[in-house]
Amino acid sequence: MGHQLKDQFKSEYGVKEKKRPRERWAKIAIFLVLVIFSLFALIPFYFMLVSSFKPGSELIRYGINLKWQPEIMTLKNYYLLFTGKEGIYLHWYKNSVLITCFQTFVAVFLSAIVGYGLAVYRFRGRNLIFIAVLVVMMVPIEILMLPLYELIIRLRIIDTYTGVILPFAVPPFAVFFFRQFALGLPRDLLDAGRIDGCSEYGIYFRIMMPLMKPAFGAIIILQAMFSWNSLVWPLIALRSNERMTLPIGLSSLITPYGHNYDMLMAGAVLSVLPIIIIFIFNQKAFISGLTIGAVKE
Amino acid sequence: MTKTKKASLRSFLSSPKVAPYVFVAPFILFFLICYVYPFLRTIEMSMQQIYGFDDVTFIGLNNYRRLNNPHFFNALKTTTAYTFWTILVLIPLPIILAVFLNNPATRGKGFFKGALFMPALTSVIVAGIFFRYAFGEQATTLVNAITGVFGIAPRVWLQERGPAMFALVVLCTWRWLGVNIVYFLSGLQAIPRELYEAAAIDGANAWNCFLRITLPSLKPVIIYVITISIHGGYSMFAESFAYWQTHTPGDIGMTIVSYLYQMGFNDFDMGFASAIGVTLLFIVMLLNLVQLTIMGFFKKEAN
Repeated sequence: MGHQLKDQFKSEYGVKEKKRPRERWAKIAIFLVLVIFSLFALIPFYFMLVSSFKPGSELIRYGINLKWQPEIMTLKNYYLLFTGKEGIYLHWYKNSVLITCFQTFVAVFLSAIVGYGLAVYRFRGRNLIFIAVLVVMMVPIEILMLPLYELIIRLRIIDTYTGVILPFAVPPFAVFFFRQFALGLPRDLLDAGRIDGCSEYGIYFRIMMPLMKPAFGAIIILQAMFSWNSLVWPLIALRSNERMTLPIGLSSLITPYGHNYDMLMAGAVLSVLPIIIIFIFNQKAFISGLTIGAVKE
Repeated sequence: MTKTKKASLRSFLSSPKVAPYVFVAPFILFFLICYVYPFLRTIEMSMQQIYGFDDVTFIGLNNYRRLNNPHFFNALKTTTAYTFWTILVLIPLPIILAVFLNNPATRGKGFFKGALFMPALTSVIVAGIFFRYAFGEQATTLVNAITGVFGIAPRVWLQERGPAMFALVVLCTWRWLGVNIVYFLSGLQAIPRELYEAAAIDGANAWNCFLRITLPSLKPVIIYVITISIHGGYSMFAESFAYWQTHTPGDIGMTIVSYLYQMGFNDFDMGFASAIGVTLLFIVMLLNLVQLTIMGFFKKEAN
């Protein structure tokens, strides 16, 4: 009891306990550990940047190395990105941008509607559909690569943007996220909208959707990041060289013969640059989308 | 006439009874087209010998019998080892770092959080391009230079089993460490401060607080991260593709999904590849079931 009073006194009157040396050492140790792991996270970016200025032959001969050789560093690789192989890199970039926009728009629009429907209405089969969402979240899409490949051939959408986005048109994680968010929407607005003569869709688009703005922000970023970086399915769904996205195009540069290594590092650097810039200005939005699944079960 | 018909259709679609189904219709369609149909189709394909999409013969369970071969077991072993190591690294390490970042006395938190998260922004290919050449076989490469400091002779990292697994786990750790830290940080921030204050009054030290308060409170997050790690680990393909594309030398780095990919898309042995896929689905479902049972067990314990 006396202990507690003493503590209260200390905090109220701002009396600071003298810091013991042990605590100070702990603080320094914590700081050092964080520095080491931050270096582990950041160093690859530094080396990617440095070797993007070195000729590709260096990369093949010596790998990524510690040598600092300003005399061999040039901007030639970046120039090659725009001119090499008939500007194919620009095609990849354009495809990545278009597919990312298209896929993000479709996925976010559809999953928001579904998540909202599941959260706001009570109807027959609702639980069954929600269970289907959860099951789909557990099934790795990789298992269904072959039949999906066959499907997009039969639908004649192989090697098209539509074929790339089809298996991710209504991503279950986004449905789940929007449902969790929409559960917290005020339900009296629904009745108020009906009394004012809004249709159910009017209520969604005019009243509820604007209220779901924060959820949209988080999911748009997460989905765009996913689309920009996705590899496995586009690798199967896209066949021709000029339809490829950045990740597939870049990996196609890695060949045993190594003709195109000049473009490799510079291409990789330019492909992460936009996301890093967006991230630096919107750190919070990137991180908030991730946490919903972990905190709310 | 048509006008009234249209109007009645409209009022039918927007009646509060029907509207919910219109809202969820995209998912129902998607579920049927992209999951149910392919799932049934892959089971069918797994029992066929497929020469072309219209040239098939039914062969029963023969494709499943063919799974009894060293390549498949090696892939299963590689995938399991990869999942095991990634869980072993990517749970304790991010928890420790998250606790450090959550400490009010730590300086420069914003920078550390941003720095640690940044690798998550890269695609596997971009990260793979870096690590592929950092783990290069030449004595000059970054990794060989670092191990050289500790007196370890240069290795051919990506051509030997153990080192190749190490390289895979490093690549995965680099990209996911920050993400898992974010998960654990959000879990830590949900722990009420009073718990720690009460413990401090009782004279508990930092280590005891960590064991008795922090870890038990993080349990739901730990379970969540294990679940997604099992899912990600068993369906891993991209990391292996980034290092070796589809030419895995001596099956090094070949996972179940890379085996599926090679059989299906390089050898066009679609029936056998489907059998691999169905088997993988069973493995993942079984592990999820085990996971869910443990989850339920934990819930009972909490009550």
